[in-house]
Amino acid sequence: MKETVLMKGNEAIAEAAILAGCRHYFGYPITPQTEVAAYMAKKMPKIGGTFLQAESEIAAINMVYGVASTGHPAMTSSSSPGISLKAEGISYLAGADLPALIVNVQRGGPGLGGIQPSQSDYFFTTRGPGHGDFHVLVFAPSSVQEMADLTGRALHLAWKYRMPAMLLADGTMGQMMEPVTLPDACNAFGDDNPWAATGTEMKRPHNIITSLDLSPENLEKQNFERFERYKKIEETECLWEEYLLDDADICIVACGITARVSRNAIVEARKQGLKVGMLRPITLWPFPKKALAAAAEHVGAFLCVEMNMGQMKEDVELAIRCKKPVALCSRVGGMIPTPDEVLEHIRKIAEGGDNA
Amino acid sequence: MIVFEKPHALTDTPLHYCPGCTHGIVHRLVAEAIDELGIEGRTIGIAPVGCSVLAYNYFNCDMIEAAHGRAPAVATGVKRAMPDNIVFAYQGDGDLASIGMCETVSTAARGENITVIFINNAIYGMTGGQMAPTSLLGQVTQTSPYGRDPKTQGYPIRVCELLATLDAPVYLERVTVNSVKNVRNAKRAIKKAFQNQVDGRGFSFIEVLSACPTNWGMTPQKALQWIDEAMIPQYPLGVFRDKEA
Amino acid sequence: MAHHEIVIAGFGGQGLLFIGKVLAYAGLIEKRQLSWLPSYGPEMRGGTANCNVILSDDPVGSPIVQHPNVLIVMNAPSLDKYEKAVVPGGKIFVDSTLITRKVERDDVDVYYVPATQMAKDMGLGNLANMILFGTVIRETGCIQDATVEEALRHVIPARKMDLLDVNLRAIQVGKDYQA
Repeated sequence: MKETVLMKGNEAIAEAAILAGCRHYFGYPITPQTEVAAYMAKKMPKIGGTFLQAESEIAAINMVYGVASTGHPAMTSSSSPGISLKAEGISYLAGADLPALIVNVQRGGPGLGGIQPSQSDYFFTTRGPGHGDFHVLVFAPSSVQEMADLTGRALHLAWKYRMPAMLLADGTMGQMMEPVTLPDACNAFGDDNPWAATGTEMKRPHNIITSLDLSPENLEKQNFERFERYKKIEETECLWEEYLLDDADICIVACGITARVSRNAIVEARKQGLKVGMLRPITLWPFPKKALAAAAEHVGAFLCVEMNMGQMKEDVELAIRCKKPVALCSRVGGMIPTPDEVLEHIRKIAEGGDNA
Repeated sequence: MIVFEKPHALTDTPLHYCPGCTHGIVHRLVAEAIDELGIEGRTIGIAPVGCSVLAYNYFNCDMIEAAHGRAPAVATGVKRAMPDNIVFAYQGDGDLASIGMCETVSTAARGENITVIFINNAIYGMTGGQMAPTSLLGQVTQTSPYGRDPKTQGYPIRVCELLATLDAPVYLERVTVNSVKNVRNAKRAIKKAFQNQVDGRGFSFIEVLSACPTNWGMTPQKALQWIDEAMIPQYPLGVFRDKEA
Repeated sequence: MAHHEIVIAGFGGQGLLFIGKVLAYAGLIEKRQLSWLPSYGPEMRGGTANCNVILSDDPVGSPIVQHPNVLIVMNAPSLDKYEKAVVPGGKIFVDSTLITRKVERDDVDVYYVPATQMAKDMGLGNLANMILFGTVIRETGCIQDATVEEALRHVIPARKMDLLDVNLRAIQVGKDYQA
């Protein structure tokens, strides 16, 4: 049996990325994700990899762009304000169809905000974090084990679809320790990348990595092609978890740390005879629309539990075509909803008093 | 007898540059250096945002288009992943000395083993002639219509001198291409900047004073003279760093 | 009931996270479900640093301890902050050298240990945390005696392993302490 170790979420991300074959990390210090960089700084030099503390978040994402251009897996990590700075580079990665892993251990905003956990980058991340029409794969882990598992998956899928992937965690997930069984070492990345800029060796025409196309006809075509790929991803790569949903009257929708909190509330509600279940999106893009629409067929109401002002709630309403009421239990600014608060919302819905 | 030949490292794509622009000359010098060192097959170039944004169509080696100012960061990533390849960034003054100054200085300070070719023509060309960080005092541009005024628009940045305050760079030289003699000298410098990288020596940086007749509002001939008369007094040619091997 | 929700709170630097880590590693060794969550960043709320540990036989839901059944406090603001949160019947462990006031509730068990003074008197340096921890182990049974040493070996950095014995000694002092 594989060994189970105790790790912080941030450390699990770093180790899982290394185990998945990532050998190039670029970052800039920011709370609460600094452990990722610290772990990489210790480990990468010993395994022949790159750890580089970049001069800025902007430089870091562009270093990732450089490595990705050569067909090698690369990653960067930051927290919310730093991700704003990376938006430029993420857009270029998407435009040049390059794979990369970006980790966002979210903190409260906007602006400098605070350093306590938050989920307020939901819109920013799921709508395509940067200018232009694009998506990134978005994963929302809700345990340290998932931090490790989804890191590998994100890298693998980024590679498969040649697009950036984001691990969207929060300060709590990053800082907490839980037992984790690390995945096996693997190389999720092909060695043969005919598109990469590796030097022609005078054997082939030169490869060009670019997001620029001055012909509107061609650029439109590229966008169309990219969205064909996105469509396929929406059909095949959605991940979610259902918890006590089969007989539920009320369906909580929550991801990451708020899903953990909601789980406590559900256990308590069930003790009180309230039929509550949960649908936990694991991928936020693609969003589990079909699963939610199916749930809307048999539950009476939804309750989104979020650490933002109701950003995911909009996606839930869209997914179920507003067929059922969707209520919101929300704390922001670094505050985390308590199970009692969630339970209070559940009770109100059950009594018909909180139908959004 | 062959008297003139296009370097192999240049493609057959016709250049889009304006008449009298010296980008074409510098492209050729870079390509000649690549040919003569026999490194085309392992060279990866980084194009900037600016007039030379399409440089990736002109060089026969693998090319990467970077975001505005980020070429040194992209080059850093490439070089770290592919240390045996030859990596160069080709950047203009807005790209390198304004929006990308942080990347420029930091990459030089790390002493990345790359080659940077810096085209200084004292103006933003592609967007139609706005003031650059290297525009001269009094220079009239679209965004300094009354001439660059140091009180409100500051002074031009001498990048070679600035980078010469750092410990890491191995080679910093400013050249120009406004005469046959100067073109020959620029060729020598550019080739050396690539040779340094082949030898694993570290960060080499060549600043090329270039002409932009279109946006300077001059004939090509006059523009070449203006380099002598106005630019060189502000940006003296010469070697600012040449570490012994 | 093999379910413990533990809050350890005090000033930064008192070894609160250390206690939490020993608990977490002991849980790992005992193959229990667990979570360990520190406060992080400069503390702004009442000058306290804290650590939440959950040890359970069932999967851990929220890692945030809202209602601890074990509270370990090493400064007065922490007692003020968490006293009311403890579940009825819960246990509160107080470093009575640093906290002079008494616990006001009468529906919880309280253990006053002058740990800081004892550490000073017995030449145990800054191991007041471990003395208090010894009493916690004895009174809660939240981890097994047998796993403590192995857990400590995980938490103490290799280059400081010479401190293992003194830590064990401090824990024993706390276990033996009778008010």
